[in-house]
Amino acid sequence: MAKFDLNDSGVVVIVGSGAGGGTLGNELAQKGVKVVILEAGPRIENQDFINDEWDSFSQLAWSDTRTTSGTWRVAKDFPNLPAWIVKAVGGSTVHWAGASLRFDEHEFKVKSTYGNIPGANLLDWPVTLAEMEPWYAKAENKMGVTRTNGIPGLPGNNNFKVLEAGAKKLGYKTVHTGNMAINSQPRDGRGSCQQIGFCFQGCKSGAKWSTLYTEIPKGEATGNLEVRPNSMVIKIEHDASGKVTGVVYADESGATQRQKARIVAVAGNSIESPRLLLNSASTMFPDGLANSSGQVGRNYMRHMTGSVYAVFEKSVHMYRGTTMAGIIRDEAANNPKRGFVGGYEMETLSIGLPFMAAFLNPGAWGRPFTSALDGYPRMAGMWLVGEDMPQETNRITLDPTVKDKHGMSVASVHFDDHPNDVAMRAHAYKQGAAVYDAVGATVTYPTPPYPSTHNLGTNRMSEKAKDGVVNKFGQTHDIKNLFVSDGSQFTSGAACNPTLTIVALAIRQADYIAGAMQKKEI
Amino acid sequence: MREVDRRSKHSRRVFLKGAATAVPVVAAATSVGVSIESAWADDASALEPATMKTLLKVARDIYPHDVLGDSYYIVAIKPWDGKAAKDPAVKSLISDGIARLDQNARDRHKLPYAEVPWEADRVVLLKEIEQSDFFQKVRGDLIVSLYNQKEVWPKFGYEGSSAEHGGYINRGFADIDWLPKA
Repeated sequence: MAKFDLNDSGVVVIVGSGAGGGTLGNELAQKGVKVVILEAGPRIENQDFINDEWDSFSQLAWSDTRTTSGTWRVAKDFPNLPAWIVKAVGGSTVHWAGASLRFDEHEFKVKSTYGNIPGANLLDWPVTLAEMEPWYAKAENKMGVTRTNGIPGLPGNNNFKVLEAGAKKLGYKTVHTGNMAINSQPRDGRGSCQQIGFCFQGCKSGAKWSTLYTEIPKGEATGNLEVRPNSMVIKIEHDASGKVTGVVYADESGATQRQKARIVAVAGNSIESPRLLLNSASTMFPDGLANSSGQVGRNYMRHMTGSVYAVFEKSVHMYRGTTMAGIIRDEAANNPKRGFVGGYEMETLSIGLPFMAAFLNPGAWGRPFTSALDGYPRMAGMWLVGEDMPQETNRITLDPTVKDKHGMSVASVHFDDHPNDVAMRAHAYKQGAAVYDAVGATVTYPTPPYPSTHNLGTNRMSEKAKDGVVNKFGQTHDIKNLFVSDGSQFTSGAACNPTLTIVALAIRQADYIAGAMQKKEI
Repeated sequence: MREVDRRSKHSRRVFLKGAATAVPVVAAATSVGVSIESAWADDASALEPATMKTLLKVARDIYPHDVLGDSYYIVAIKPWDGKAAKDPAVKSLISDGIARLDQNARDRHKLPYAEVPWEADRVVLLKEIEQSDFFQKVRGDLIVSLYNQKEVWPKFGYEGSSAEHGGYINRGFADIDWLPKA
């Protein structure tokens, strides 16, 4: 395995090892580029994952302090946990559900399609679906997405069968077990899904794609990739010409290290990535790096989400099997006649009894609440995920008072729903309940959004430097050897789960970076 | 469909005392004619036994599950005594909270909280203190201390960890048999 010197100024430093960082690292390593990935969390291999929600949360979740504000309910119920993401090698690909969907064509052109929506900071992406299609294809092949590349769909579990029966009764057409980066048959040295049911706690069998046991070991095998766990980057440094020169990070012991770099790529998810750029402010860049537009940290999106759980007369045991292998896509199209722009997906979802108690209706107590939990074995569940409106005021800022143990300002997350988000959620709750009512639900529970799992948009792509932070390759408009490689690049959120698009962008970005390095442009 | 066996698979846990002394305590309780139900509370070191017993009633009233015996709630609330022993602020939080609740109950019903006969009347008393630090801390703690007990899970038809059993691929992940034909 490679080990690079702290003074090796020829390496590409990637901050974060998830869908963006882990993929970029492997892709560059395969092309012969020397890469150091600095990952804030520990390296936990899949045999050590825990089939227990709270124990796993302690093992994997990013629990460093963050602060919140805004009218979203998460700020009240979970004021220091705005997001449920992972702090470990593999990042949130460790706990993601595996849903791997392409954007629709119009979802790259939201400004042109939706027009002027008051309060929304809409912008077309500087890329189109046609440009992205070959990269989506590479991502699907890499991740082994079901219903692509001749890979069969996963078998439907009990929770899916309820969803499917209700959807068909209601007249929905596009209903199946999803496009999942979970092996339905052995592939790429990994076995097939054992229907364990703890996808969110890290896949112990390795059937679900995660950079932890795919991209990262493959990159390491080239001798060009070094991953340093427990390495929290606290600042990106630059020279007098404005080019970045490396990063300062705290290692496992808490000691400060300085890794020189030819290129720095930030992939710390949409809360930490802008925080790092803002915390790297200097005399030359007083508002933070790559922030001449003032858009760093702005346009924070978390998807319109919500869940519907329904209780039936007889048992469902929704927790058995793949958590999210089930989808209804009929509401994903843009159909403004419904009273909102954009669309949403309906996807099977199950959480165990401990998390159901914590998240069904935070703060609730008494018989109405316990009656719902008494229905747990007879419960089916779905997650609603749709496009939310980017708003300039939804943003990540540096908390003015709270600091982390390294003395750096923590991220503060402000979020208010846009009226379009509220209208979409109301529609989705109604349709979700209708699906279950169609097959005899005795009661349905419209469940509020959880702490954010999809965090997007805070370093957005734009054609013009004044409108966003990065160009179509994730290269910052202001600093040509500084890149953003995670979901914070998203100009808009689309209806679907974001990981496939993050991976496709990372593969494309690796191609661009390697080419630019060869041409000595950076 | 494969249903989950909801019968308790465990003998009454060690809630009576520490594991090492559980049996003698039961024996002693029996021999002197003290009910087992009250022995657990007498074991409290920082909080009064009466406070612990009322706290048990409060816990049941916050998250009432008629299928769960007291033992599960006792396991959930007992750690408050240990926390109270370590921290005077916790001790007064619980003691004062229960005292206030009892006072409110006496004002309204001329009975201490735990003796107010109908749950609905006790819930009214809880509603009055819902915003208090005492109520919020006790409720917030219960969400984990009650529902994260592995012994509780089968009562709700939840099976917990599955990887060591080979997942559900051969154990009923798709065994639903009552849906209408699609």
